[in-house]
Amino acid sequence: MALPKIKADATEARLSALTLPSGAEWATKARKEALARVAAMGIPARRDEYWRFTNPADLTAPTAPKAAVFESGEAPTFAGVDALKVVFVDGVFDAEASDDLSMEGVEISRLASATQQDIHWAKDVYGVLENRGQTPVERPLAALNTAFATDGLVIRVTGHAPRPIAITYLHKEETSDANLHHVIKLEEGAEFTLLEAGPAAARFNKVTEVDIADTASFHHVRTQGRDHERRAVTGLFARLGTESKFKSFTLTANGILTRNEVVLELTGDDAIAHVAGACVGDGKDFHHDDTVFITHDAVNCESRQVFKKVLRNGAVGVFQGKILVKAGAQKTDGYQISQGLLLDDDSQFLAKPELEIYADDVACSHGSTVGAIDETALFYLRSRGVPEKAAKNLLTLAFLAEAVQEIEDEGLAEEVLARMSEWLDRHN
Amino acid sequence: MLEIKNLHVKLEEEGKEILKGVNLTIGAGEVHAIMGPNGSGKSTTSYVLAGREGYEVTEGSATLDGVDILGMEPEERAAAGLFLAFQYPVEIPGVGNMTFLRTAVNAQRKARGEEELSAADFLKEVRAKAKTLNIDADMLKRPVNVGFSGGEKKRNEILQMAMLEPKMCILDETDSGLDVDAMKLVSEGVNALRSEGRSFLVITHYQRLLDHIKPDVVHILANGRIVKTGGPELALEVENNGYADILAEVE
Ligand SMILES: Nc1ncnc2c1ncn2[C@@H]1O[C@H](COP(=O)(O)OP(=O)(O)O)[C@@H](O)[C@H]1O
Ligand SMILES: [Mg+2]
Repeated sequence: MALPKIKADATEARLSALTLPSGAEWATKARKEALARVAAMGIPARRDEYWRFTNPADLTAPTAPKAAVFESGEAPTFAGVDALKVVFVDGVFDAEASDDLSMEGVEISRLASATQQDIHWAKDVYGVLENRGQTPVERPLAALNTAFATDGLVIRVTGHAPRPIAITYLHKEETSDANLHHVIKLEEGAEFTLLEAGPAAARFNKVTEVDIADTASFHHVRTQGRDHERRAVTGLFARLGTESKFKSFTLTANGILTRNEVVLELTGDDAIAHVAGACVGDGKDFHHDDTVFITHDAVNCESRQVFKKVLRNGAVGVFQGKILVKAGAQKTDGYQISQGLLLDDDSQFLAKPELEIYADDVACSHGSTVGAIDETALFYLRSRGVPEKAAKNLLTLAFLAEAVQEIEDEGLAEEVLARMSEWLDRHN
Repeated sequence: MLEIKNLHVKLEEEGKEILKGVNLTIGAGEVHAIMGPNGSGKSTTSYVLAGREGYEVTEGSATLDGVDILGMEPEERAAAGLFLAFQYPVEIPGVGNMTFLRTAVNAQRKARGEEELSAADFLKEVRAKAKTLNIDADMLKRPVNVGFSGGEKKRNEILQMAMLEPKMCILDETDSGLDVDAMKLVSEGVNALRSEGRSFLVITHYQRLLDHIKPDVVHILANGRIVKTGGPELALEVENNGYADILAEVE
């Protein structure tokens, strides 16, 4: 089907600004196929069903809109965690600042080098999960990423990884436009934690593909940095095998535009997938969008989505979450909650929760609420001597805590809560 | 200690006058009781003193140790030593009871220019006080009042009072929803706090609680005014004859 002219022109304009990286045959093939997908789908536009609440213009423009560099003066999140550290500056791997890419039970290399090798395990995953995630909802920016990603990490975990990998993304150039793509493969029974922190670039397009074999478990905690002007679109695509586990949590503070897509496919029985997010936004320039699609295609799986957004001074939060239960995916336990806490009348929370179920023996529920601080609780706290601002922060933090609870590691959860609390203290 | 003079209060939204000239003076160390029919304005009195929004004071004053409290923020009143045990304690999902208590204790200390209590000292104190009120470790860990039974909520109010050591304690129907054993526990908790420098205003619908917490003075509040004041015998009169007789007598 031919694209409407406006979309075709915009797509053409976007693609003409990019060149396919060269590499081994398999990589070039994957990139060309992804490019063909983008050309067929066209880049997203406001009229597309899943872009009605979020304007993709800044994400699709041929050049990245400028974003002032922000010096927070504090250590990146997870800097204190015992982890293998990897640093990207404006999307460019920083070998000096990164640890050696070696860890027991884990093969780690850079995408930039893996894609030069004639034979590499990543060829079975690179662009494959992203492609699977294109139906039934198109995600052209993820395909664009597969075609043009310059670097990333390629990680294969064969056992229990002794330490997490912690990626820090620094933003130092006002006009940087980064495309990173990670491929992660957890072999049967493997366990691995990925930590990510930082804004990455003025504009950041990131795709992470995670292939989780039977009984393996993947933990993911990320914070997206405090730069006020950055834009980001991320796609996290995962496939879950039998009795496997996926747990992902994201904290977003600030940023002009953030679109986090999570696309999960539960293909093995008894798998568990939890995805959670918390965002705190201040000001009319803040727009944050979580778009989640979870497909249940196996028996007795559990999925859980918990998203919380605190919005003030005209900030906008979007949640689009779907649970699709395919025929035969009996005993599915699907849960979804999205909540907006508006600290004033100017802010907005827009939610589009969806359930589509083709099996008859399932328990799925979803709820979405939007509200203000509970005045009764606020008075109760103040009557005990807690000053108004501190009381509001305590209640706000309590609101966010339900999402943070999805992080299994207590130390990581505490660090995230501390960051939230500091943010609330600053934006009081 | 607490002096309320000619207090007139109306509801901000509806404009309806609820308190129509309340006068009440409570000396240091005294225990006063306010009794009265439902809707007479007992909770309104306690909320206005604690600083809840939604009420407008149109006339009169309230002072704590000579200092006007009606112009203060709720947290300032608390730091000044005022405490209200709520008729309906509020549930706060996501905030642990212990965190809540510690935040409150330290906020008040800070407001008074005192040093914050260390985590260890706080823990020791809260455990000891919780024990006397039969509050177990689980209740301390759970979110504030969430899933607590009526009696547990009321005991939790008394625990807060014990930790905050206020000088003016207002108890709004702390007896409602309590069985005999819980009533005993709560009363013992309150009695343990009685001291020369601490005063109590015990609001109750029934005389029952006053068997355990012996008041020095009993007031009858009806239709926004204190219509009668007497000794403990006044509570017995209410118990035996109901409010109707007293109200008729006042008319
Ligand atoms: N927030 C409010 N909104 C509407 N009516 C109220 C409110 N607070 C109190 N009232 C009314 O004021 C009167 C006194 O209430 P209250 O002080 O709760 O009485 P009591 O505690 O003695 O039973 C009642 O008629 C009650 O309905
Ligand atoms: Mg009442």
